[in-house]
Amino acid sequence: MADVISSKEVQKIAQLARLELTGKEVAQYAEQISAILGYVSQLSEVDTENVKLTSQVTGLSNVLREDVVEVCSNPEALIRMAPEHENNLIKVKAVFDS
Amino acid sequence: MKIDIQQLTIASAKHGLQNYEFSCVDLVEACFDRIRMHDKDAHAFLSLNEKQAIQDAKETDRRIKKGEPLRSLEGIPVAIKDVIMTQGMPTTAASKILEHFIPAHDATVVTRLKEAGAIIVGKVNCDEFAHGASTENSAYGPSHNPWDLSRSPGGSSGGSSAALAAGFCLAALGTDTGGSIRQPGGWCNLYGLRPTYGRISRYGLISMTSSTDTPGILAKTAEDTALLLSILAGHDPHDATSLPSEVPNYHSALATPLMGLKIGLPKEFFEDISDPKSAEVISQAIGVFEELGAEVKHVSLPHTKYGIAVYYVITPAEVSSNLGRFDGVRFGHRSTNANTLTEVYTKTRGENFGPEAKRRIMLGTYVLSSGYYDAYYKKAQKVRTVITKEVMHVLNDVDVLLTPIAPHPAIKLGEKSHDPLAMYLEDVYMETAALAGIPGLSVPAGFVDGLPVGLQLMGKQLGEATLLSAAHHYEKATNWTTKHAKL
Repeated sequence: MADVISSKEVQKIAQLARLELTGKEVAQYAEQISAILGYVSQLSEVDTENVKLTSQVTGLSNVLREDVVEVCSNPEALIRMAPEHENNLIKVKAVFDS
Repeated sequence: MKIDIQQLTIASAKHGLQNYEFSCVDLVEACFDRIRMHDKDAHAFLSLNEKQAIQDAKETDRRIKKGEPLRSLEGIPVAIKDVIMTQGMPTTAASKILEHFIPAHDATVVTRLKEAGAIIVGKVNCDEFAHGASTENSAYGPSHNPWDLSRSPGGSSGGSSAALAAGFCLAALGTDTGGSIRQPGGWCNLYGLRPTYGRISRYGLISMTSSTDTPGILAKTAEDTALLLSILAGHDPHDATSLPSEVPNYHSALATPLMGLKIGLPKEFFEDISDPKSAEVISQAIGVFEELGAEVKHVSLPHTKYGIAVYYVITPAEVSSNLGRFDGVRFGHRSTNANTLTEVYTKTRGENFGPEAKRRIMLGTYVLSSGYYDAYYKKAQKVRTVITKEVMHVLNDVDVLLTPIAPHPAIKLGEKSHDPLAMYLEDVYMETAALAGIPGLSVPAGFVDGLPVGLQLMGKQLGEATLLSAAHHYEKATNWTTKHAKL
């Protein structure tokens, strides 16, 4: 069976997902994702004319709370979860090219 | 004294502690002794919490000695799946990308266990980010089934089922997105409860598929499951999808008579059991329910066969979105090979996500991308509505649905890991409850060639008490839960 999606499309999706893939992975995912999409295509057999899509299963609506500020008990610990931090700030590469 | 953890339940351990048969330090040390002896074979744990656990056990012993009122899970050793956040303890989601991640807060389920006096033994293995049905997608190697070490303990909560079946703890927390508690329960002779979506708070889970993820329970008996559910269930202001409904007393509900319980057998769940011996086990179990006074009715859920297809559109879609947060900036690991900000994202993710996580990110990004959203994602959410309405309609006529857990007992490690689609199809009986948000419970139902076989009970929304009481009566009429894996 021909692949539903090509290596080129896989590369485009990887770029959208900010995911670096090796050449081998690109070829592998083109094949595997095509197989899965082939399996999933059986959904077209189901008549869904006039069927609403599921957006939730709880039946809850308008879940609101009072707009009250809560004090974070340990903000330093949140910063420490980041892989690089300095002076209680998360360190990242420059966002804009210099 | 020598404590045999495998023979204990939560209920009997509480009794033992209260009656000075053993101390809590003895109990907790017995767990760690077994872990030291057998976890090299089972590989259930990713990290241990021994020092803190012994300290907590001393506190329990102090309370008992002083005659202070004991909390409902006082001194009970539990294991926590590693996708559930534990303050100050490593939480890796079995992924390299979170290898050194230490959360700043506890998940609500962990807070509730601690407040009830439970003792955390350690964090247990699973498929990476709970993506899988065998634990073979763990970045730290698979767990092994204590009933047969060459086989999978199920997945994704396979470290939870392996730890409990091996006698390393008295209960374990798992998460169930599309079968990840029930199937490991079924493959390890354990109860595995996926509660109604919203019954137990998801706050502090590392999200996988937010619309079907739920924490749940692996336990040895219906009674233990009920004890744990009473602690874990209930509204949490930190989870906007948690249900405000009152929490019943699940423990006292166990005694509700089974006589006249209407059990539906959906025929589509019995058509492709590939193993005739498993089919025989399930049919004998149905016979026991009938002898106990249940009324069995044949029903049909014709859209069951589309469950996997729906699941493998919705799940990767939500996964691709939820795993977006792992970008090398805020949590866990950051690539050391990146020169620009974009490379921080692409290389951190490319180097550290495993094959299944990448596959789901890719598939999800594809089905959500412009031009394919309607054909895949919207279509899947519509078929989900059809599946949900169908099962809700059938549940108007019966109290519970009884089905197999899996088409066969535990698979060999390596048997299906090369074929992602074949692995997805393992969960054929699991998706209905997940997609509809109704509770599902695996119940130990017997053995085939020494391997456990589980049956599944599904119920109405918030119908956990009915499932647990039906299972409890069945358990008393059989002796499956008294059998333990030999390591």
